[in-house]
Amino acid sequence: MPVKKRNSFLINPELDRAQILKDATRELALPTRRLFLKGAVTLGGLTMLTGCGLSDNQSVESFLMRVSRLNDRVQGWLFDPNRLAPTYSEAELTRPFPFNAFYGVEDVPEVDAASFVLKVGGLVTGKRSWTLPELYALPHAEQITRHICVEGWSAIGHWGGTPFREFLRQVGADTSAKYVGFKCADDYYESIDMPTALHAQTLLTFQYDGKTLPPEYGFPMKLRMPTKLGYKNPKHIMEIYVTNTFPGGYWSDQGYNWFGGS
Amino acid sequence: MAASPLKTALSQSAKPIHPVWVRLCHWLNALAAILMVLSGWRIYDASPVFKGFVIPPAITLGGWLGGALQWHFAAMWLLFFNGLIYLGLNLATGRLFRKFFPLSPRAVWRDLRLALIGKLHHDDLSHYNALQKIAYLTVIIDLVVLVLSGLAIWKSVQFPLLRELMGGYDNARIVHFCAMALLVGFFVVHVVMVALVPRSLLTMIRGR
Repeated sequence: MPVKKRNSFLINPELDRAQILKDATRELALPTRRLFLKGAVTLGGLTMLTGCGLSDNQSVESFLMRVSRLNDRVQGWLFDPNRLAPTYSEAELTRPFPFNAFYGVEDVPEVDAASFVLKVGGLVTGKRSWTLPELYALPHAEQITRHICVEGWSAIGHWGGTPFREFLRQVGADTSAKYVGFKCADDYYESIDMPTALHAQTLLTFQYDGKTLPPEYGFPMKLRMPTKLGYKNPKHIMEIYVTNTFPGGYWSDQGYNWFGGS
Repeated sequence: MAASPLKTALSQSAKPIHPVWVRLCHWLNALAAILMVLSGWRIYDASPVFKGFVIPPAITLGGWLGGALQWHFAAMWLLFFNGLIYLGLNLATGRLFRKFFPLSPRAVWRDLRLALIGKLHHDDLSHYNALQKIAYLTVIIDLVVLVLSGLAIWKSVQFPLLRELMGGYDNARIVHFCAMALLVGFFVVHVVMVALVPRSLLTMIRGR
C-alpha cells in the first residue's frame, strides 16, 4: 500500500484546516479507513477532537501496516515447510464444528453442483476448468487438525480432499511463483504464499467428516491449511490462480495480517 | 594534586543509582507493556477465555480486533528487543546479581512484616529491600512467561516444544492471560509504591 509521509508541524495551521477536511472526506470514503477510524476512537478520539490528530492518526495507521508487512516476512522466514501441524483422533473432534463467516448462516451461498466448474488461471500450463467429478477423482487424503481462529478460539475438525500440491502439479502450476489466489462464491477473496500452498497438510477439501462438504463449511470446496489462521482458509472456491502480483485478501485488506500463519 | 571537590562531585554524578541504560530500558519496557496489555485486552474480548468476563472496550487499544492485533504485533518487537538488551546488559555488567542477590525467603518474610506494619523504610534508593528484589525478579520472569506463551499462541505449529510446554494451544491462552493479570497487579502495586516514595520516580528519570 502506498505510504504518504506528512509532517504535521511543518504545515501552516490555516492550510492544515482545509487539508484536514479534504483528507477526512477522502478517507471516510474508504471502508478500511472508516473501520479503522471508528475503532481508533478510544485512543485517537481525544487528539482528533483537537483537529490536528487526523494526520497523526493516519501516520500511526500506515506505520502499523508497515510493521504488519514486516511481520509477513518474519513469518515467511519462521515457516518451516517440513513442520507438520499436530493431528488428532476422531474422539477429539469438536462437535458441532462451529460455523464462521463474515455473514450469518442464512446467507451461505448455494452453489449448483451439476453446473459447477472450477476455473484455474494465471501461471499454469495445464487444464483450466474442472468439474466436481473430475476433482473428486484426484488422489484422496484425510486430516483431523485444529482450526485456530484469529479471535483466539480453536476447534478440531475432520477434512477430506486432495493434497493441494498434488492439484498444483496436475494443473501445471509455476511453483516458483509467489502467490496462489482464490475467488469465492460469497465474494470472499484470499491469497497465500507458495511455500504454504506446497505444504504437505494443505488440502483442497471436498468433504467434512466423511461426507460431502456441506454449504455452511464451504461447498463445493474449501482450502484447509492447519498452518494458517481460519480466515486464510477460503470456502466456496470458484477460481484459483497462480500469480506474482500480490492479490491481498478480504480481511487482510482491512488490517488483518496477510501471512496469518500459525 | 589532591582531588578537587569538583572532581569528586563529577565522579559522584557520573555514578548514578540507575545507569542510563536501566532507565531507558525501564521506560521503553513500560511503554511496550502498556501497549501490549491494552491491545491484548481487545484481542481477548474477541473470544473471551473466561466466559462472561469481558474487558470494557473503552479502556482497550486498537478499536477493533484487526487494529488491536496490529498494535500487539508491533509493540511486541519493542518489548522483545528491549527485554533482550535489558537482560543482556544485566548479565554482562553483573548488575543482576549485585542488585537482586542474595535473596532469602526469610528476608522477604521479614520485610513483608515490616511493610505491613508501616515500618519498612526505603531511604537508600541505591539498595533494594527484599520485597523489591522479589517483586522485580517476579515481574522479569513474568514478562518472559508472557513472551513465551504469546509465541506459543502466535506460532503454535512452528514452535511445538513451546506449545507442549504451555500445555497445548488452548492452555497457552490461559497462561498468557494469567501472566498478564500478574503483570497488571505488579503495575498497580508498583505505581502505589512510587506514589509513597516519589523520590524513586526522580531516580528512574534522572538517575539520582
